[in-house]
Formats: sequence, structure tokens, C-alpha cells
Amino acid sequence: MPPVTYRLHAKKTMSAPDALLALLSALKWRLRFTVAKVLMTGNAAIGEAAIRAGCQCYFGYPITPQNELTEYMASNLSRRPGCTFIQAESEIAAINMVYGASVTGVRAMTSSSSPGISLKQEGISYMAACQLPGLIVNMSRGGPGLGSIAAAQSDYHQSTRGGGHGDYRTIVFGPSSVQELADLTHRAFELSDKYSIPAMILGDGMLGQMMEPVEFKHEAPAQLPVRANGLRGAKGRPSRFVRTFTSNPAELEELNWSLFRRYQLLQKNEVSCENYLTDDAQLIVTAFGIAARIAKGAINEARAAGLKVGLFRPITLFPFPQQQLKELAKNTKYFLDFEMNMGQMIDDVKLSLEGAGEVAFYGRPGGVIPTSTEFLRVITRLYYQKGLS
Amino acid sequence: MEKIFSRPKSLKKAVFHYCPGCGHSIIHRLCCEVIDELGIQDRTIGVPPPGCSVFAYYYFDVDMVESAHGRGAAVATGIKRALPESIVFTYQGDGDLSAIGTTETIHTANRGENITAIFINNAVYGMTGGQMAPTTMLGMKTTTSPFGREGKYEGYPIKMSEILGQVQGTCYIERVAVNSPANIRKAKKAIKKAFQCQLDGLGYSLVEILSPCPTNWKMSAIQSVKWVDEVMSKEFPLGVIKDTTGKKDVN
Repeated sequence: MPPVTYRLHAKKTMSAPDALLALLSALKWRLRFTVAKVLMTGNAAIGEAAIRAGCQCYFGYPITPQNELTEYMASNLSRRPGCTFIQAESEIAAINMVYGASVTGVRAMTSSSSPGISLKQEGISYMAACQLPGLIVNMSRGGPGLGSIAAAQSDYHQSTRGGGHGDYRTIVFGPSSVQELADLTHRAFELSDKYSIPAMILGDGMLGQMMEPVEFKHEAPAQLPVRANGLRGAKGRPSRFVRTFTSNPAELEELNWSLFRRYQLLQKNEVSCENYLTDDAQLIVTAFGIAARIAKGAINEARAAGLKVGLFRPITLFPFPQQQLKELAKNTKYFLDFEMNMGQMIDDVKLSLEGAGEVAFYGRPGGVIPTSTEFLRVITRLYYQKGLS
Repeated sequence: MEKIFSRPKSLKKAVFHYCPGCGHSIIHRLCCEVIDELGIQDRTIGVPPPGCSVFAYYYFDVDMVESAHGRGAAVATGIKRALPESIVFTYQGDGDLSAIGTTETIHTANRGENITAIFINNAVYGMTGGQMAPTTMLGMKTTTSPFGREGKYEGYPIKMSEILGQVQGTCYIERVAVNSPANIRKAKKAIKKAFQCQLDGLGYSLVEILSPCPTNWKMSAIQSVKWVDEVMSKEFPLGVIKDTTGKKDVN
């Protein structure tokens, strides 16, 4: 264990009450995480992982099913020395606070669920334009409209295609367990900083609210990270500005090219995916997030019945693991895309396969959670229809 | 010979793009003079809006970050919370602060965020070509109130400074104008006091500035400064709206 002092990272000139608060917070921390694994909701795990990633600012607005994250930050981030938590007046305000905090070079985040994420799109577009890192968590729910509060995957298109106006993308992760939520929160901050592109975690209401054992692989940093290019006042250097508007289209074109080159680098260097029982599979299921968990259950049962079925699960949704998926088409041409929507990731599956495979689809939209037994029937039917053995 | 007047250090050597008779260039200068006098150039971060003053970062020699329309207060909140030792000001127009950004403004003020807002009220949307603003006078013709603004149809001129005066987190609110040398001097005092409030950590401070827009008012520069006196300041009376500082004057 690192020494207690690692939590006392704020100002050197700390007032006595602040120092006492910091000490209590450090003791609480040590008592809480003396064991390797703790049982937490997905939402709380993101909060804890973010704090350990050196997130200094959290801005949010209540919406189900992600409130546990906002509440976790209210309890655990708001009075930490040097850190800030604001329950904003709207999702729009929250994302713009992230924008403001990120401009100064610190790690900042916000979270919401589908309808709130729609409101944040303006700010995300501005962050993309200003090349500002930051983390946006979407614990998505059924839509369109106010929709339902049940888990759904209907925001795949919005998340992976930019979402707001203008020609941009965000780095998008699709975790499928509480452990992965924690791990990917850390990775999201790192990649977002590295490429100066906002990052998004696309979870869902079920992932956010279920509890699983989780192990945090990082300790909170002794010093909160600050990017060198942060805008912190023109002390000892000429003044700088960060802006999105230009009256020169050629300048904007250059920004678009710069972003595009980074998306290519992301595609080349940062994709991740999971191949589950794909080596001898004659039918490969493609699914992400919580749907992939359900699919795994069905695949295990199918395997027990002797059906050679595997799973391809993208972990980065943008960049999508195109090559890794196409590679699988060398062994089989039968794919079954499974999503909790009416078919959104299937576009990326087809684009990746470039016609090298047949892609069938099964989906349940609106917040309906399909069961693995239900999906097993779909697998079995397709398997025999295609004459696989 | 003694030099008694020169360009403020915080104002870049650039030619303003503003129309003749526009108030922006005067207000930019006043802000820069205040920043110089308070010695805060190296820790000031400005938040200019979309609109005619979107290019404020070409003129202010301080760090600046452009915000989306209406979101200046939220962006400034993010900056100030992440970097409490910085001096943060927003520069917002009437459409920005009292239409699309009403929510952000009121709640930022209500949290008592320790920032300063420079609020330019010229009764129209300038950059987009003179549409009706929430602050447009009754009877005033604009491109989107071509029959003259009628309260029951287009709504009434909104008085954000008075509204913000009711909000607990605000410490200092004053309405000034930049249509005469006397008013310009008062405006500078108000801006300085607002920044001083922030330096003293007193909470949200705002200076509303009635500013002529001859182009969109379809007047000459001389007519427009008279119009500020004769019409605009009747609807938007000049003076201190709220002051909890206990100080009359910082000069």
C-alpha cells in the first residue's frame, strides 16, 4: 500500500479544516479499499476509477439510470482538496463546465443517460472542435424521446458517428462488466488526453446499476495531472486562445484533416476487442456491451449442445475493430449480429466484412432485455437453416 | 513631454473590425485598462461569445476561450472551479445572456461563482443582421419584428440585471452606458469594481453596458448615442442595481 499521504495532494498552503478533511478522507479511503476486490455498482465503479485516474472535476445533472455515479462523485470528489463537483442546472451546462475545466488542462468528466446525452451534443461538438479531452459517460436507456429507463443500446449510432453537428468522432468504449467499466474509465482518460479527442463510455442502465466485484488497478495520483497546453493565464508566455469559429474555411479544413488523421491513428493503434470461442466457430455472433454478456450465455449453451458458435465483441466501438472482424471471415462466412436496438452496430459489422460474410440480425429495442434462452433459439434456428454442423 | 494616454498593455495592436459608432471597441478598451490597472493580465482568462465580439481574442492580450452561444457562464464556471486563482470574465451580448443563456447565467449567479460578466446590451442581434433581441424596445422595428415590437405578440424587453439582482449569489450589478465621455468614465469604474469583487472573492458580479449599434438601428453614430439617452436608458435605467460590497468606489 502506498503511504497515507498520497491523498494529500492539493495545495501546500492548506488551511487546517481542509487538511483535517483530507486526512479523514485518506483514512476512509484506506479502510474502504484494504481488500483487493470490492462489490460496487457499475456507476460507482466509474466514479472511483475516475478519481483514481486523476479526474479533478465532475459536472452532472440527475437522470436515471446513472444517478449512482453523480451521487458517488458528490460524496467522494466534491470535498477532495483541489477537486470540484457541481450538480449543474442542465446537461448543457454540465458539458460546458467540462469544456471550461478541460481548457485549463485538467481531467474533467460528465455523465448522463440517453436524453441527457442528446442535450450534451452541442458541447461535445465544441470540445471536438477545440481538440479538448474529457470523458462523457452514457448509461443509455430506451428511446427515442424520454423513452424508458430500462437498459438499451439505441445510442450506438449517436455515439460512434460523432453525435453533434460537424465532421468529428469521439473515442467510444463499449464495456460489458463492472470491471471493464472501471478499467476503461482509466483508459478513456488516457486516450482522450493522448489524442486530444473527447472520449465516451457507452454503457447501459443494467451495467450501471448492477453490482459486481471490481478491482481497481490504479492508485489515485499524488499530483493531479495537468496538460502542458492548458490555458492557465499568460504568465511568462504570450497569451493564447482556444476557439472554434473561423472565417477561413481553409483553416477549418485543416482542422478536419488533423482530426481525421488522428482517427486513422486510433484505428491503427488503439482498437480492442474480445474473441470468444471463435477459432473453430462456424457461426460468429457479433455483439457489444451487455448484449455480449447475454450472447455469451447463449453461446455456452449452444456449445454444450455441440454447435460451433463463437462471439466477436468490439470493446472500442469507435475505432471499430474492422481488421480483427474481417480476419474471422477467413474461417466462416456466417455472422449473427445481436443488439438491444433495431440494428445499429450491424452497419459497422457489414462495413468491416466488406461482403466477406452473410450477416443476420436479432435485436430487441425499447429497453426490453432479451434472455440467453431466447437468443439460443435464434442461434439454433440460424445454425441449422444454414446447414452448419 | 509626458505621455498621458496610450494603448493599454492588455489590448493587442490590432485594427478593430467593428462598425463605426459601435460600443464594443470602447468596452474592449475599458476592460483592458482595468485589467492593466489591477495587474491581472497574466492570470485573466476571458470567455468571448459568438456574435460580433467573437473575435475578441484578436484584441484582448489575455488567455481566451470561445464559448458556445449562451454557455459562457457555464464555461467560466468550469475554468474558475478548475483554476480558482485565475480571474475569469465572460463577455456576453443580450441574446447570449438574456435569451439562450438565461439558465446558465441565473444558476451561475445563484451559485455565487466568483466570476465577472460584461453584458453588452444593444437591443438587437448584431452579427446575424439586426433581428429582435429579448431587450429590443417596444415599438422598435427589427428584421424579425418588422411591425414594431408589440408586448403581447413579441414579448417585453427583459431586464436581466434586475432579475439577477434578486439572486442571492450576486454581489454587484450595475447598468452603465458608453454613449458619452461621462458615461464611459462611469462604465470603467463599474467594470473595475466588478473585477475587484472577484479579486476579493465576493461572488458573481455583472456590468450591463448599453451600447450603440448604429448599423442595425439604422441610425448615424450621433443619432445612436442620443437614442441610448433618450429611449434606451428610459427602459433600462442606468445605475447600481445591487451592491453588497459596502464600498462605494474602488478608485
